[in-house]
Amino acid sequence: MNLSGLIHFFLFPGILFAVPAGWFYMWGERKAVARMQRRIGLPLLQPFYDFVKLLGKRTPSRHGIEADLLRLWPALSVLSMLGAIAMLPVFHDGKGFSGDAVLLVAFLEMPSICFILAGFTSGSIYGEIGAIREAILSVANNLVFLLSIVTIAVTENTFRLSDLSGGTWNPGHWIGVFGILLCIPAKLRLNPFSTSSAEQEIYSGPLTEYAGAALAMWELAHGLEWVALTGFVTTLVVPAGGPWWFHAIAFFVVSFIQVMLLSTVAAATARFTLQRAIRFYWQWAAILAVLVICSTIYMRVR
Amino acid sequence: MNLLDRLMHRCRRKSPFLFHLNTGSCNGCDIELITCLSPRYDVEQLGIHLEGSPRHADILCITGPVTRNTLEAVKTVYAQVCEPKVVVALGSCPASCNVFAGSPVIEGPLSKHIPVDVYVPGCPPHPDAIIEGIARAAQILADRGVSEKAKGVPQK
Repeated sequence: MNLSGLIHFFLFPGILFAVPAGWFYMWGERKAVARMQRRIGLPLLQPFYDFVKLLGKRTPSRHGIEADLLRLWPALSVLSMLGAIAMLPVFHDGKGFSGDAVLLVAFLEMPSICFILAGFTSGSIYGEIGAIREAILSVANNLVFLLSIVTIAVTENTFRLSDLSGGTWNPGHWIGVFGILLCIPAKLRLNPFSTSSAEQEIYSGPLTEYAGAALAMWELAHGLEWVALTGFVTTLVVPAGGPWWFHAIAFFVVSFIQVMLLSTVAAATARFTLQRAIRFYWQWAAILAVLVICSTIYMRVR
Repeated sequence: MNLLDRLMHRCRRKSPFLFHLNTGSCNGCDIELITCLSPRYDVEQLGIHLEGSPRHADILCITGPVTRNTLEAVKTVYAQVCEPKVVVALGSCPASCNVFAGSPVIEGPLSKHIPVDVYVPGCPPHPDAIIEGIARAAQILADRGVSEKAKGVPQK
């Protein structure tokens, strides 16, 4: 492992940046919704207060494999998100952890899989309903997500992340970016795709039985998901070249613009039913599939 | 208090998660509690968050005079809220059974079954009074966490 890789994992865009940035994005999302509803909203440090307070809760004692698994899923989510963030080619210089888009997709998919498994492991009926909903929604949105990445990969003729990143003027690249943006609300379980953790309907879905430190880990994983997903789009749209500080600032600013955009969508929409969410994604999947096939044929002919 | 205790005290006071339980209320107090979340009162400023699961909550807000059908639910939900926890009785019903006192299907008042920390009287109480009650409950929650640690109650 080289020094650059360690810096990517521990400093920027890794733990030291990603954890506070995740809290800041979660604050930004809730604050933006509050302002749109003409409320003052929460204080800046609220996600941090919530996290620390949850660490101090005394949780019910559980024993056996179920207890270990319930602790494993949020830890796995946090680790996979940190892995995904460390892989992001923020500086477009080919340094840090090298990898391709397939590994990044695997990392990005881990929280969703852990969320589903947590629901089934908890044994709660609400957890199981939430897990089933998340599984169905995951199948629906991943079709678009994977096709979007394939669209970009076909356009750039590579799966290497460092070659995919950097905004190019190729229309296929931007169609792919748009497709990824469409999937982010479902991956972050935001309105209108919040069926899996629908409060007041199935309590808290798969997290119903979670409390204390394990719930704090889920909150942290959610914040890191914000950083990883918005950061992935940022690396795809910010052009390569220029000084390192420009990329560091652009990574934060463009990600935050996406947070505001997603918050607006979340505040302006009501929760879709599962059937409606699937229909929405599969319609886009059909359009993207046609575009991918057309661009592949175009690349072959060219 | 050392630095970590002070931090935990502050975080508990600034981040009270509520779970609302209706034990046979006429819905008057429930409507007033939900009003607190609306733009006019906006309790999110105090870090207050209404949670879907009692496992996530710190403060249990109970409305209603505790009917026979809901008694077991009250005890179960109280046990599901993790320590440290605080109970807020919203309205006159959980405090005194109000106009339902003497009914054969009423098992109240609430304090017969679980310890109550804060009473917010009124039929229904004004949202301002509810917010004051919850703020007081958050302070009790923070102080309780520190005092339990001082008494040597196991923290995990």
